Amino acid sequence: MIDVNSPDFWPKLLEVMLEGTWETIYMTAIAMAITFVVGLPLGIVLVGTEQGRFLEAPAGQRWLGTAINRVLGFVVNLGRSVPFIVLMIALIPVTRWLLGSFIGTGPAIVPLTLVAIPFFVRVVEIAVREVDPGLFEAADSLGASRWLLVKRVLLPQAWPAILLGTATTITSIINFSAMVGVVGGGGLGNVALTYGMQRYSVLHIVFVVIILFVLVQAIQWLLTLAAKRFGAVPTRRGGKKAMTDAQAHLDADVPSTRSTTVPQSPH
Amino acid sequence: MISIEHVSRRFGDGPDAVVALDDVSIEVPRGSIFGVVGQSGAGKSTLLRTVNALERPDSGRVVVDGVDVTALEGKALLKERHRIGMVFQHFNLVGNRSVVQNVEFALEAVGTPKAQRRSKALEMLDFVGLAHRADDRPGQLSGGQRQRVGIARALASKPDVLLSDEATSALDPETTRSILELIQRLSRELGLTVLLITHEMEVVKRICDAAALMETGRVIEQGSLDELIRTPGSRVAAELFPVGEAHYIPGHRIVDITYRGLSADRPIIAQLTREFGLDVSILGAALETLNGQQAGRTRLAVPGDASVSFKVIDRLTAQGVTAWEVHA
Repeated sequence: MIDVNSPDFWPKLLEVMLEGTWETIYMTAIAMAITFVVGLPLGIVLVGTEQGRFLEAPAGQRWLGTAINRVLGFVVNLGRSVPFIVLMIALIPVTRWLLGSFIGTGPAIVPLTLVAIPFFVRVVEIAVREVDPGLFEAADSLGASRWLLVKRVLLPQAWPAILLGTATTITSIINFSAMVGVVGGGGLGNVALTYGMQRYSVLHIVFVVIILFVLVQAIQWLLTLAAKRFGAVPTRRGGKKAMTDAQAHLDADVPSTRSTTVPQSPH
Repeated sequence: MISIEHVSRRFGDGPDAVVALDDVSIEVPRGSIFGVVGQSGAGKSTLLRTVNALERPDSGRVVVDGVDVTALEGKALLKERHRIGMVFQHFNLVGNRSVVQNVEFALEAVGTPKAQRRSKALEMLDFVGLAHRADDRPGQLSGGQRQRVGIARALASKPDVLLSDEATSALDPETTRSILELIQRLSRELGLTVLLITHEMEVVKRICDAAALMETGRVIEQGSLDELIRTPGSRVAAELFPVGEAHYIPGHRIVDITYRGLSADRPIIAQLTREFGLDVSILGAALETLNGQQAGRTRLAVPGDASVSFKVIDRLTAQGVTAWEVHA
Protein backbone atom coordinates (compact mmCIF):
# COMPACT_ATOMS: atom_id res chain seq x y z
CA MET A 1 0.00 0.00 0.00
CA ILE A 2 1.31 3.41 -0.96
CA ASP A 3 1.10 6.32 1.47
CA VAL A 4 -0.39 9.33 -0.26
CA ASN A 5 0.81 11.61 2.52
CA SER A 6 4.43 10.58 2.19
CA PRO A 7 6.56 13.56 1.06
CA ASP A 8 8.00 11.72 -1.92
CA PHE A 9 4.60 10.41 -3.16
CA TRP A 10 4.05 13.08 -5.81
CA PRO A 11 7.62 13.26 -7.13
CA LYS A 12 7.62 9.47 -7.36
CA LEU A 13 4.26 9.41 -9.10
CA LEU A 14 5.45 11.96 -11.61
CA GLU A 15 8.57 9.94 -12.28
CA VAL A 16 6.60 6.72 -12.76
CA MET A 17 4.11 8.42 -15.04
CA LEU A 18 6.79 10.05 -17.17
CA GLU A 19 8.61 6.78 -17.56
CA GLY A 20 5.44 4.88 -18.35
CA THR A 21 4.30 7.45 -20.87
CA TRP A 22 7.68 7.51 -22.52
CA GLU A 23 7.72 3.71 -22.79
CA THR A 24 4.24 3.64 -24.24
CA ILE A 25 5.10 6.29 -26.81
CA TYR A 26 8.35 4.51 -27.61
CA MET A 27 6.69 1.11 -28.15
CA THR A 28 3.83 2.57 -30.10
CA ALA A 29 6.02 4.75 -32.32
CA ILE A 30 8.39 1.97 -33.28
CA ALA A 31 5.61 -0.57 -33.76
CA MET A 32 3.67 1.93 -35.91
CA ALA A 33 6.73 2.85 -37.97
CA ILE A 34 7.45 -0.80 -38.80
CA THR A 35 3.76 -1.46 -39.38
CA PHE A 36 3.55 1.45 -41.80
CA VAL A 37 6.60 0.47 -43.79
CA VAL A 38 5.51 -3.17 -44.06
CA GLY A 39 1.74 -2.74 -44.15
CA LEU A 40 1.47 -0.01 -46.76
CA PRO A 41 3.04 -1.95 -49.63
CA LEU A 42 1.29 -5.15 -48.54
CA GLY A 43 -2.11 -3.43 -48.57
CA ILE A 44 -1.49 -1.94 -51.99
CA VAL A 45 -0.33 -5.28 -53.38
CA LEU A 46 -3.27 -7.10 -51.77
CA VAL A 47 -5.79 -4.95 -53.63
CA GLY A 48 -3.69 -4.53 -56.77
CA THR A 49 -3.34 -8.25 -57.40
CA GLU A 50 -7.09 -8.80 -57.48
CA GLN A 51 -8.50 -9.73 -60.86
CA GLY A 52 -8.89 -6.74 -63.16
CA ARG A 53 -6.76 -4.44 -61.02
CA PHE A 54 -3.51 -2.67 -61.69
CA LEU A 55 -1.20 -5.46 -60.52
CA GLU A 56 -3.26 -8.44 -61.62
CA ALA A 57 -0.36 -9.77 -63.68
CA PRO A 58 2.99 -8.80 -62.15
CA ALA A 59 5.77 -9.27 -64.71
CA GLY A 60 3.06 -10.25 -67.18
CA GLN A 61 2.17 -13.37 -65.18
CA ARG A 62 -1.48 -13.63 -64.19
CA TRP A 63 -0.90 -16.74 -62.04
CA LEU A 64 1.68 -14.85 -60.01
CA GLY A 65 -0.85 -12.13 -59.21
CA THR A 66 -3.41 -14.71 -58.10
CA ALA A 67 -0.84 -16.56 -55.98
CA ILE A 68 0.38 -13.39 -54.24
CA ASN A 69 -3.19 -12.30 -53.62
CA ARG A 70 -4.22 -15.64 -52.10
CA VAL A 71 -1.16 -15.95 -49.85
CA LEU A 72 -1.40 -12.34 -48.64
CA GLY A 73 -5.12 -12.60 -47.99
CA PHE A 74 -4.60 -15.82 -46.02
CA VAL A 75 -1.78 -14.42 -43.88
CA VAL A 76 -3.67 -11.23 -43.12
CA ASN A 77 -6.79 -13.11 -42.11
CA LEU A 78 -4.75 -15.47 -39.97
CA GLY A 79 -3.04 -12.55 -38.23
CA ARG A 80 -6.36 -10.88 -37.58
CA SER A 81 -8.13 -13.93 -36.27
CA VAL A 82 -5.67 -14.75 -33.45
CA PRO A 83 -6.53 -12.96 -30.17
CA PHE A 84 -3.75 -10.64 -29.07
CA ILE A 85 -3.11 -12.32 -25.75
CA VAL A 86 -2.66 -15.67 -27.52
CA LEU A 87 -0.43 -14.14 -30.17
CA MET A 88 1.66 -12.49 -27.50
CA ILE A 89 2.28 -15.76 -25.66
CA ALA A 90 2.78 -17.70 -28.86
CA LEU A 91 5.42 -15.20 -29.95
CA ILE A 92 7.53 -15.53 -26.80
CA PRO A 93 9.98 -18.04 -28.31
CA VAL A 94 10.23 -15.97 -31.50
CA THR A 95 10.92 -12.79 -29.58
CA ARG A 96 13.49 -14.51 -27.41
CA TRP A 97 15.23 -15.88 -30.48
CA LEU A 98 15.10 -12.45 -32.14
CA LEU A 99 16.09 -10.18 -29.24
CA GLY A 100 17.47 -12.56 -26.63
CA SER A 101 14.68 -11.74 -24.18
CA PHE A 102 10.94 -11.48 -24.13
CA ILE A 103 10.56 -9.23 -21.10
CA GLY A 104 10.69 -5.46 -21.31
CA THR A 105 9.71 -2.59 -23.52
CA GLY A 106 11.86 -3.53 -26.52
CA PRO A 107 10.67 -7.13 -26.85
CA ALA A 108 7.04 -5.99 -26.43
CA ILE A 109 7.35 -4.26 -29.79
CA VAL A 110 7.45 -7.62 -31.61
CA PRO A 111 3.91 -8.79 -30.78
CA LEU A 112 2.61 -5.20 -31.07
CA THR A 113 3.95 -4.93 -34.60
CA LEU A 114 2.66 -8.32 -35.60
CA VAL A 115 -0.84 -7.56 -34.41
CA ALA A 116 -0.84 -4.11 -36.00
CA ILE A 117 0.34 -5.11 -39.47
CA PRO A 118 -2.73 -7.16 -40.50
CA PHE A 119 -4.97 -4.45 -39.08
CA PHE A 120 -3.14 -1.75 -41.02
CA VAL A 121 -3.13 -3.82 -44.21
CA ARG A 122 -6.93 -3.81 -44.04
CA VAL A 123 -6.88 -0.06 -43.47
CA VAL A 124 -4.77 0.42 -46.59
CA GLU A 125 -6.91 -2.05 -48.51
CA ILE A 126 -10.08 -0.08 -47.78
CA ALA A 127 -8.38 3.22 -48.65
CA VAL A 128 -7.12 1.88 -51.98
CA ARG A 129 -10.50 0.38 -52.86
CA GLU A 130 -12.07 3.82 -52.44
CA VAL A 131 -9.95 5.25 -55.26
CA ASP A 132 -12.04 5.77 -58.40
CA PRO A 133 -11.22 3.00 -60.94
CA GLY A 134 -11.42 5.66 -63.66
CA LEU A 135 -8.20 7.15 -62.32
CA PHE A 136 -6.35 3.88 -62.85
CA GLU A 137 -7.76 3.70 -66.36
CA ALA A 138 -6.60 7.24 -67.08
CA ALA A 139 -3.12 6.44 -65.76
CA ASP A 140 -3.04 3.33 -67.96
CA SER A 141 -4.12 5.34 -70.99
CA LEU A 142 -1.18 7.66 -70.38
CA GLY A 143 1.21 4.72 -70.44
CA ALA A 144 2.28 5.21 -66.82
CA SER A 145 4.48 2.60 -65.15
CA ARG A 146 3.05 0.73 -62.15
CA TRP A 147 5.36 2.59 -59.79
CA LEU A 148 4.29 5.96 -61.17
CA LEU A 149 0.65 4.96 -60.94
CA VAL A 150 1.08 4.13 -57.26
CA LYS A 151 3.15 7.23 -56.51
CA ARG A 152 1.18 9.85 -58.42
CA VAL A 153 -2.38 8.53 -58.46
CA LEU A 154 -3.06 5.85 -55.89
CA LEU A 155 -1.19 7.29 -52.90
CA PRO A 156 -2.33 10.92 -53.31
CA GLN A 157 -5.94 9.74 -53.57
CA ALA A 158 -5.78 7.16 -50.79
CA TRP A 159 -3.65 9.30 -48.48
CA PRO A 160 -6.39 10.97 -46.39
CA ALA A 161 -8.05 7.61 -45.68
CA ILE A 162 -4.66 6.06 -44.88
CA LEU A 163 -3.88 8.88 -42.43
CA LEU A 164 -7.21 8.44 -40.67
CA GLY A 165 -6.65 4.69 -40.60
CA THR A 166 -3.20 5.30 -39.14
CA ALA A 167 -4.83 7.14 -36.23
CA THR A 168 -7.07 4.13 -35.62
CA THR A 169 -4.09 1.79 -35.87
CA ILE A 170 -2.06 3.85 -33.38
CA THR A 171 -5.00 3.84 -31.00
CA SER A 172 -5.22 0.10 -31.14
CA ILE A 173 -1.44 -0.27 -30.69
CA ILE A 174 -1.70 1.88 -27.55
CA ASN A 175 -4.58 -0.30 -26.48
CA PHE A 176 -2.56 -3.49 -26.96
CA SER A 177 0.56 -1.90 -25.46
CA ALA A 178 -1.29 -1.71 -22.16
CA MET A 179 -1.80 -5.45 -22.35
CA VAL A 180 1.90 -6.23 -22.85
CA GLY A 181 2.35 -4.90 -19.33
CA VAL A 182 1.03 -8.29 -18.29
CA VAL A 183 4.01 -10.15 -19.73
CA GLY A 184 6.51 -7.69 -18.36
CA GLY A 185 6.47 -5.12 -21.12
CA GLY A 186 6.74 -1.58 -19.83
CA GLY A 187 4.49 1.38 -20.43
CA LEU A 188 1.39 2.77 -18.84
CA GLY A 189 -0.24 -0.63 -18.77
CA ASN A 190 2.51 -1.84 -16.50
CA VAL A 191 2.07 1.21 -14.28
CA ALA A 192 -1.63 0.51 -13.92
CA LEU A 193 -0.89 -3.12 -13.16
CA THR A 194 1.90 -2.70 -10.61
CA TYR A 195 0.72 0.44 -8.85
CA GLY A 196 -3.00 0.38 -9.39
CA MET A 197 -3.84 -3.28 -9.08
CA GLN A 198 -1.08 -4.70 -6.94
CA ARG A 199 -0.70 -1.71 -4.62
CA TYR A 200 -4.25 -0.32 -4.67
CA SER A 201 -3.32 3.22 -5.77
CA VAL A 202 -6.42 4.76 -7.35
CA LEU A 203 -4.50 7.92 -8.18
CA HIS A 204 -2.12 5.98 -10.41
CA ILE A 205 -5.01 4.48 -12.32
CA VAL A 206 -6.66 7.88 -12.72
CA PHE A 207 -3.49 9.38 -14.12
CA VAL A 208 -2.91 6.47 -16.50
CA VAL A 209 -6.44 6.85 -17.83
CA ILE A 210 -6.06 10.60 -18.27
CA ILE A 211 -2.70 10.31 -20.04
CA LEU A 212 -3.96 7.59 -22.39
CA PHE A 213 -7.03 9.64 -23.19
CA VAL A 214 -4.95 12.73 -23.96
CA LEU A 215 -2.54 10.70 -26.10
CA VAL A 216 -5.30 9.14 -28.20
CA GLN A 217 -7.13 12.46 -28.58
CA ALA A 218 -3.96 14.25 -29.66
CA ILE A 219 -3.10 11.63 -32.27
CA GLN A 220 -6.64 11.53 -33.64
CA TRP A 221 -6.79 15.31 -33.84
CA LEU A 222 -3.38 15.62 -35.47
CA LEU A 223 -3.96 12.98 -38.14
CA THR A 224 -7.51 14.15 -38.88
CA LEU A 225 -6.11 17.60 -39.46
CA ALA A 226 -3.41 16.21 -41.75
CA ALA A 227 -5.96 14.16 -43.69
CA LYS A 228 -8.19 17.21 -44.15
CA ARG A 229 -5.35 19.40 -45.28
CA PHE A 230 -4.30 16.84 -47.82
CA GLY A 231 -7.65 15.65 -49.03
CA ALA A 232 -10.26 18.33 -48.96
CA VAL A 233 -10.55 21.04 -51.54
CA PRO A 234 -10.01 24.48 -49.98
CA THR A 235 -13.55 25.79 -49.51
CA ARG A 236 -13.13 29.04 -51.37
CA ARG A 237 -16.26 28.38 -53.37
CA GLY A 238 -17.22 25.15 -51.74
CA GLY A 239 -20.97 25.62 -51.41
CA LYS A 240 -21.43 27.14 -54.81
CA LYS A 241 -19.27 24.40 -56.37
CA ALA A 242 -21.45 21.66 -54.99
CA MET A 243 -24.47 23.38 -56.52
CA THR A 244 -22.97 23.67 -60.00
CA ASP A 245 -21.86 20.05 -59.76
CA ALA A 246 -25.37 18.92 -58.98
CA GLN A 247 -26.63 21.07 -61.81
CA ALA A 248 -24.13 19.56 -64.24
CA HIS A 249 -25.39 16.10 -63.32
CA LEU A 250 -28.99 17.13 -63.86
CA ASP A 251 -28.12 18.68 -67.19
CA ALA A 252 -26.41 15.50 -68.30
CA ASP A 253 -29.66 13.59 -67.86
CA VAL A 254 -31.66 15.91 -70.05
CA PRO A 255 -31.61 14.77 -73.67
CA SER A 256 -29.53 17.04 -75.85
CA THR A 257 -31.43 19.80 -77.54
CA ARG A 258 -31.84 18.76 -81.12
CA SER A 259 -33.10 20.92 -83.92
CA THR A 260 -36.83 21.02 -84.15
CA THR A 261 -38.53 19.57 -87.16
CA VAL A 262 -40.26 22.38 -88.93
CA PRO A 263 -42.47 21.67 -91.92
CA GLN A 264 -40.76 23.85 -94.45
CA SER A 265 -39.73 23.60 -98.03
CA PRO A 266 -36.23 24.08 -99.35
CA HIS A 267 -37.98 26.59 -101.61
CA MET B 1 -4.36 5.89 -89.36
CA ILE B 2 -6.51 3.66 -87.18
CA SER B 3 -7.61 0.35 -88.67
CA ILE B 4 -9.87 -1.77 -86.58
CA GLU B 5 -9.95 -5.12 -88.36
CA HIS B 6 -12.57 -7.78 -87.64
CA VAL B 7 -12.47 -7.21 -83.91
CA SER B 8 -14.64 -9.38 -81.66
CA ARG B 9 -14.91 -9.39 -77.91
CA ARG B 10 -17.22 -11.24 -75.59
CA PHE B 11 -17.56 -11.03 -71.84
CA GLY B 12 -18.36 -14.07 -69.73
CA ASP B 13 -18.89 -17.67 -70.81
CA GLY B 14 -21.70 -19.93 -71.93
CA PRO B 15 -25.28 -18.73 -72.25
CA ASP B 16 -24.65 -15.66 -70.08
CA ALA B 17 -21.90 -14.39 -72.36
CA VAL B 18 -22.38 -10.88 -73.69
CA VAL B 19 -21.04 -10.14 -77.13
CA ALA B 20 -19.67 -6.62 -76.84
CA LEU B 21 -18.04 -6.53 -80.27
CA ASP B 22 -19.06 -8.71 -83.18
CA ASP B 23 -16.65 -8.61 -86.12
CA VAL B 24 -16.21 -4.85 -86.11
CA SER B 25 -14.11 -3.18 -88.79
CA ILE B 26 -13.56 0.55 -88.91
CA GLU B 27 -11.10 2.65 -90.86
CA VAL B 28 -10.23 6.12 -89.54
CA PRO B 29 -8.28 8.26 -92.04
CA ARG B 30 -5.35 10.32 -90.79
CA GLY B 31 -6.30 13.77 -89.54
CA SER B 32 -10.02 13.09 -89.51
CA ILE B 33 -12.56 13.18 -86.71
CA PHE B 34 -14.47 9.93 -86.62
CA GLY B 35 -17.53 9.46 -84.44
CA VAL B 36 -18.97 6.15 -83.31
CA VAL B 37 -22.58 6.57 -82.24
CA GLY B 38 -24.95 4.19 -80.58
CA GLN B 39 -27.00 3.53 -77.48
CA SER B 40 -25.26 2.61 -74.26
CA GLY B 41 -24.43 -1.07 -74.33
CA ALA B 42 -23.81 -1.04 -78.08
CA GLY B 43 -20.13 -1.83 -77.54
CA LYS B 44 -18.73 1.63 -78.34
CA SER B 45 -16.78 1.88 -75.13
CA THR B 46 -15.19 -1.54 -75.54
CA LEU B 47 -14.32 -0.69 -79.13
CA LEU B 48 -12.60 2.55 -78.16
CA ARG B 49 -10.56 0.75 -75.51
CA THR B 50 -9.19 -1.78 -77.97
CA VAL B 51 -7.38 1.08 -79.72
CA ASN B 52 -5.07 1.74 -76.75
CA ALA B 53 -5.29 -1.86 -75.55
CA LEU B 54 -7.12 -1.06 -72.32
CA GLU B 55 -9.31 -3.83 -73.67
CA ARG B 56 -7.98 -6.85 -75.57
CA PRO B 57 -10.07 -8.31 -78.37
CA ASP B 58 -10.69 -12.07 -78.53
CA SER B 59 -10.00 -11.98 -82.25
CA GLY B 60 -9.12 -9.45 -84.90
CA ARG B 61 -6.54 -6.71 -84.61
CA VAL B 62 -6.16 -2.96 -84.27
CA VAL B 63 -3.45 -1.19 -86.22
CA VAL B 64 -2.52 2.39 -85.32
CA ASP B 65 -0.16 4.11 -87.73
CA GLY B 66 1.26 0.78 -88.87
CA VAL B 67 1.67 -0.67 -85.36
CA ASP B 68 -0.41 -3.69 -84.38
CA VAL B 69 -1.55 -2.54 -80.94
CA THR B 70 -3.18 -5.87 -80.12
CA ALA B 71 0.22 -7.62 -80.23
CA LEU B 72 1.95 -5.20 -77.85
CA GLU B 73 3.00 -6.07 -74.30
CA GLY B 74 4.93 -4.44 -71.47
CA LYS B 75 7.20 -1.51 -72.24
CA ALA B 76 6.32 -1.43 -75.94
CA LEU B 77 2.65 -1.03 -75.02
CA LEU B 78 3.41 1.83 -72.61
CA LYS B 79 5.38 3.55 -75.37
CA GLU B 80 2.54 3.13 -77.85
CA ARG B 81 0.09 4.59 -75.34
CA HIS B 82 2.22 7.73 -75.18
CA ARG B 83 1.20 8.26 -78.80
CA ILE B 84 -2.50 7.78 -78.09
CA GLY B 85 -4.20 10.30 -75.81
CA MET B 86 -7.56 9.62 -74.18
CA VAL B 87 -10.22 11.78 -72.55
CA PHE B 88 -13.03 10.50 -70.37
CA GLN B 89 -16.64 11.29 -69.64
CA HIS B 90 -15.94 11.89 -65.96
CA PHE B 91 -12.55 13.51 -66.64
CA ASN B 92 -10.69 11.10 -64.31
CA LEU B 93 -8.43 13.75 -62.85
CA VAL B 94 -6.56 13.10 -59.60
CA GLY B 95 -8.56 15.20 -57.16
CA ASN B 96 -5.88 15.51 -54.48
CA ARG B 97 -3.30 16.93 -56.88
CA SER B 98 -3.30 20.33 -58.51
CA VAL B 99 -4.33 20.94 -62.11
CA VAL B 100 -0.75 21.40 -63.28
CA GLN B 101 0.38 18.30 -61.37
CA ASN B 102 -2.26 16.31 -63.23
CA VAL B 103 -0.78 17.41 -66.54
CA GLU B 104 2.79 16.89 -65.30
CA PHE B 105 1.88 13.30 -64.52
CA ALA B 106 1.39 12.61 -68.23
CA LEU B 107 4.83 14.07 -68.95
CA GLU B 108 6.41 12.05 -66.18
CA ALA B 109 4.85 8.92 -67.66
CA VAL B 110 6.58 9.71 -70.95
CA GLY B 111 9.89 10.30 -69.17
CA THR B 112 10.19 14.07 -69.63
CA PRO B 113 13.00 15.37 -67.37
CA LYS B 114 11.75 16.98 -64.17
CA ALA B 115 13.17 20.39 -65.06
CA GLN B 116 11.03 20.65 -68.18
CA ARG B 117 7.78 19.20 -66.85
CA ARG B 118 6.39 22.32 -65.20
CA SER B 119 6.95 24.61 -68.18
CA LYS B 120 5.61 22.06 -70.67
CA ALA B 121 2.55 21.39 -68.53
CA LEU B 122 1.85 25.11 -68.23
CA GLU B 123 2.22 25.41 -72.00
CA MET B 124 -0.44 22.71 -72.46
CA LEU B 125 -2.73 24.42 -69.95
CA ASP B 126 -2.27 27.68 -71.79
CA PHE B 127 -3.24 25.87 -74.98
CA VAL B 128 -6.61 24.96 -73.48
CA GLY B 129 -6.96 28.38 -71.83
CA LEU B 130 -6.48 27.32 -68.20
CA ALA B 131 -2.94 28.40 -67.32
CA HIS B 132 -4.38 30.76 -64.69
CA ARG B 133 -5.94 27.83 -62.79
CA ALA B 134 -2.75 25.76 -62.71
CA ASP B 135 -2.47 25.62 -58.92
CA ASP B 136 -6.12 24.92 -58.20
CA ARG B 137 -7.42 21.46 -57.47
CA PRO B 138 -9.68 19.90 -60.13
CA GLY B 139 -12.56 20.05 -57.65
CA GLN B 140 -12.49 23.83 -57.82
CA LEU B 141 -13.12 23.87 -61.56
CA SER B 142 -16.34 23.58 -63.52
CA GLY B 143 -17.07 20.47 -65.59
CA GLY B 144 -16.02 22.12 -68.82
CA GLN B 145 -12.79 23.36 -67.29
CA ARG B 146 -12.05 19.92 -65.90
CA GLN B 147 -12.49 18.42 -69.35
CA ARG B 148 -10.05 21.00 -70.71
CA VAL B 149 -7.54 19.82 -68.15
CA GLY B 150 -8.28 16.26 -69.25
CA ILE B 151 -7.56 17.27 -72.84
CA ALA B 152 -4.34 19.05 -71.82
CA ARG B 153 -3.25 15.92 -69.97
CA ALA B 154 -4.12 13.65 -72.89
CA LEU B 155 -2.17 15.80 -75.34
CA ALA B 156 0.84 16.56 -73.14
CA SER B 157 2.84 13.71 -74.67
CA LYS B 158 2.12 15.12 -78.16
CA PRO B 159 0.20 12.07 -79.38
CA ASP B 160 -0.99 11.53 -82.96
CA VAL B 161 -4.29 10.06 -81.90
CA LEU B 162 -6.93 11.26 -79.47
CA LEU B 163 -9.57 8.88 -78.16
CA SER B 164 -12.64 10.48 -76.65
CA ASP B 165 -14.92 8.44 -74.41
CA GLU B 166 -18.16 10.42 -74.22
CA ALA B 167 -16.08 13.50 -73.43
CA THR B 168 -19.05 15.86 -73.50
CA SER B 169 -21.80 13.62 -72.13
CA ALA B 170 -21.53 15.00 -68.59
CA LEU B 171 -21.58 18.61 -69.78
CA ASP B 172 -24.35 21.09 -70.51
CA PRO B 173 -25.07 21.99 -74.16
CA GLU B 174 -23.10 25.23 -74.13
CA THR B 175 -20.02 23.70 -72.53
CA THR B 176 -20.36 20.76 -74.92
CA ARG B 177 -20.09 23.17 -77.83
CA SER B 178 -16.96 24.83 -76.48
CA ILE B 179 -15.26 21.49 -75.78
CA LEU B 180 -16.16 20.24 -79.27
CA GLU B 181 -14.75 23.41 -80.79
CA LEU B 182 -11.57 22.88 -78.81
CA ILE B 183 -11.23 19.29 -80.04
CA GLN B 184 -11.82 20.41 -83.61
CA ARG B 185 -9.27 23.20 -83.32
CA LEU B 186 -6.69 20.83 -81.81
CA SER B 187 -7.33 18.27 -84.50
CA ARG B 188 -6.63 20.85 -87.18
CA GLU B 189 -3.68 22.57 -85.53
CA LEU B 190 -1.89 19.44 -84.38
CA GLY B 191 -2.97 17.14 -87.19
CA LEU B 192 -4.59 14.83 -84.65
CA THR B 193 -6.65 11.86 -85.68
CA VAL B 194 -9.67 11.75 -83.39
CA LEU B 195 -11.80 8.70 -82.66
CA LEU B 196 -14.72 9.57 -80.43
CA ILE B 197 -17.67 7.68 -79.10
CA THR B 198 -20.89 9.37 -78.15
CA HIS B 199 -24.60 8.83 -77.84
CA GLU B 200 -25.30 12.40 -78.88
CA MET B 201 -25.93 13.11 -82.57
CA GLU B 202 -25.09 16.70 -81.78
CA VAL B 203 -21.41 15.73 -81.50
CA VAL B 204 -21.39 14.06 -84.92
CA LYS B 205 -23.23 17.01 -86.40
CA ARG B 206 -20.75 19.54 -85.08
CA ILE B 207 -17.32 18.10 -85.63
CA CYS B 208 -17.24 14.69 -87.29
CA ASP B 209 -16.01 14.06 -90.81
CA ALA B 210 -17.13 10.46 -90.69
CA ALA B 211 -19.24 8.29 -88.47
CA ALA B 212 -20.24 4.73 -87.70
CA LEU B 213 -23.45 3.56 -86.11
CA MET B 214 -23.18 0.66 -83.69
CA GLU B 215 -25.89 -1.59 -82.34
CA THR B 216 -25.46 -4.66 -80.09
CA GLY B 217 -21.80 -4.99 -80.92
CA ARG B 218 -22.07 -4.55 -84.67
CA VAL B 219 -21.42 -1.68 -87.01
CA ILE B 220 -24.69 -1.04 -88.83
CA GLU B 221 -23.34 1.59 -91.19
CA GLN B 222 -20.26 3.73 -91.56
CA GLY B 223 -18.70 6.26 -93.87
CA SER B 224 -18.01 9.94 -94.31
CA LEU B 225 -20.97 12.16 -93.49
CA ASP B 226 -21.23 12.97 -97.21
CA GLU B 227 -21.51 9.29 -98.06
CA LEU B 228 -23.97 8.61 -95.29
CA ILE B 229 -26.22 11.45 -96.37
CA ARG B 230 -26.17 10.12 -99.91
CA THR B 231 -27.07 6.62 -98.79
CA PRO B 232 -30.81 5.99 -99.17
CA GLY B 233 -32.29 4.93 -95.86
CA SER B 234 -29.17 5.76 -93.86
CA ARG B 235 -30.00 5.61 -90.15
CA VAL B 236 -27.27 8.08 -89.31
CA ALA B 237 -28.75 10.54 -91.79
CA ALA B 238 -32.20 9.92 -90.33
CA GLU B 239 -30.87 10.66 -86.84
CA LEU B 240 -29.04 13.75 -88.04
CA PHE B 241 -32.18 15.13 -89.66
CA PRO B 242 -35.13 13.91 -87.63
CA VAL B 243 -38.44 14.21 -89.48
CA GLY B 244 -40.33 11.74 -87.33
CA GLU B 245 -42.24 8.59 -88.24
CA ALA B 246 -43.61 8.08 -91.74
CA HIS B 247 -47.41 7.75 -91.80
CA TYR B 248 -49.43 6.14 -94.54
CA ILE B 249 -51.38 8.63 -96.65
CA PRO B 250 -54.02 7.14 -98.98
CA GLY B 251 -53.22 7.66 -102.66
CA HIS B 252 -49.75 8.96 -101.92
CA ARG B 253 -46.19 7.70 -101.92
CA ILE B 254 -43.74 9.00 -99.37
CA VAL B 255 -40.32 10.07 -100.61
CA ASP B 256 -37.41 11.26 -98.49
CA ILE B 257 -34.68 13.40 -99.97
CA THR B 258 -31.35 14.37 -98.45
CA TYR B 259 -29.05 17.00 -99.84
CA ARG B 260 -25.89 18.81 -98.99
CA GLY B 261 -24.28 22.06 -100.04
CA LEU B 262 -25.52 23.68 -103.22
CA SER B 263 -28.49 21.43 -103.85
CA ALA B 264 -30.04 22.77 -100.67
CA ASP B 265 -30.32 26.16 -102.32
CA ARG B 266 -31.98 25.07 -105.52
CA PRO B 267 -35.76 25.12 -105.95
CA ILE B 268 -35.97 21.35 -106.42
CA ILE B 269 -39.55 20.88 -105.32
CA ALA B 270 -40.93 23.80 -107.27
CA GLN B 271 -39.28 22.33 -110.36
CA LEU B 272 -40.81 18.96 -109.64
CA THR B 273 -44.30 20.42 -109.39
CA ARG B 274 -43.84 22.31 -112.64
CA GLU B 275 -42.30 19.44 -114.59
CA PHE B 276 -44.66 16.64 -113.60
CA GLY B 277 -47.69 18.73 -112.72
CA LEU B 278 -47.82 17.06 -109.31
CA ASP B 279 -49.15 18.52 -106.09
CA VAL B 280 -46.19 17.47 -103.98
CA SER B 281 -46.66 18.30 -100.34
CA ILE B 282 -44.01 18.57 -97.71
CA LEU B 283 -44.51 16.44 -94.60
CA GLY B 284 -41.46 17.49 -92.73
CA ALA B 285 -37.97 18.85 -93.05
CA ALA B 286 -34.85 19.28 -91.01
CA LEU B 287 -31.98 21.55 -91.88
CA GLU B 288 -28.61 21.44 -90.19
CA THR B 289 -25.18 22.90 -90.49
CA LEU B 290 -22.89 19.90 -90.78
CA ASN B 291 -19.28 20.74 -90.24
CA GLY B 292 -20.02 24.26 -91.45
CA GLN B 293 -22.05 23.23 -94.51
CA GLN B 294 -25.81 23.32 -95.03
CA ALA B 295 -27.47 19.95 -95.30
CA GLY B 296 -30.91 18.60 -94.73
CA ARG B 297 -33.65 16.10 -95.26
CA THR B 298 -37.15 16.71 -96.54
CA ARG B 299 -40.07 14.29 -96.53
CA LEU B 300 -42.48 14.59 -99.44
CA ALA B 301 -45.90 13.12 -100.14
CA VAL B 302 -46.19 12.42 -103.87
CA PRO B 303 -49.69 11.71 -105.20
CA GLY B 304 -49.98 8.61 -107.40
CA ASP B 305 -48.67 5.08 -107.53
CA ALA B 306 -45.24 3.47 -107.59
CA SER B 307 -44.58 4.46 -111.21
CA VAL B 308 -45.00 8.12 -110.35
CA SER B 309 -42.76 7.98 -107.31
CA PHE B 310 -40.21 6.06 -109.39
CA LYS B 311 -40.14 8.88 -111.97
CA VAL B 312 -39.85 11.49 -109.23
CA ILE B 313 -36.95 9.69 -107.54
CA ASP B 314 -35.23 9.31 -110.91
CA ARG B 315 -35.57 13.02 -111.63
CA LEU B 316 -34.36 14.06 -108.16
CA THR B 317 -31.37 11.72 -108.35
CA ALA B 318 -30.42 13.28 -111.67
CA GLN B 319 -30.34 16.64 -109.89
CA GLY B 320 -27.80 15.41 -107.42
CA VAL B 321 -29.93 14.83 -104.36
CA THR B 322 -30.48 11.47 -102.74
CA ALA B 323 -34.07 10.35 -102.88
CA TRP B 324 -35.78 7.13 -101.88
CA GLU B 325 -39.23 5.89 -101.14
CA VAL B 326 -40.17 5.40 -97.50
CA HIS B 327 -42.66 2.66 -96.69
CA ALA B 328 -44.95 3.65 -93.88
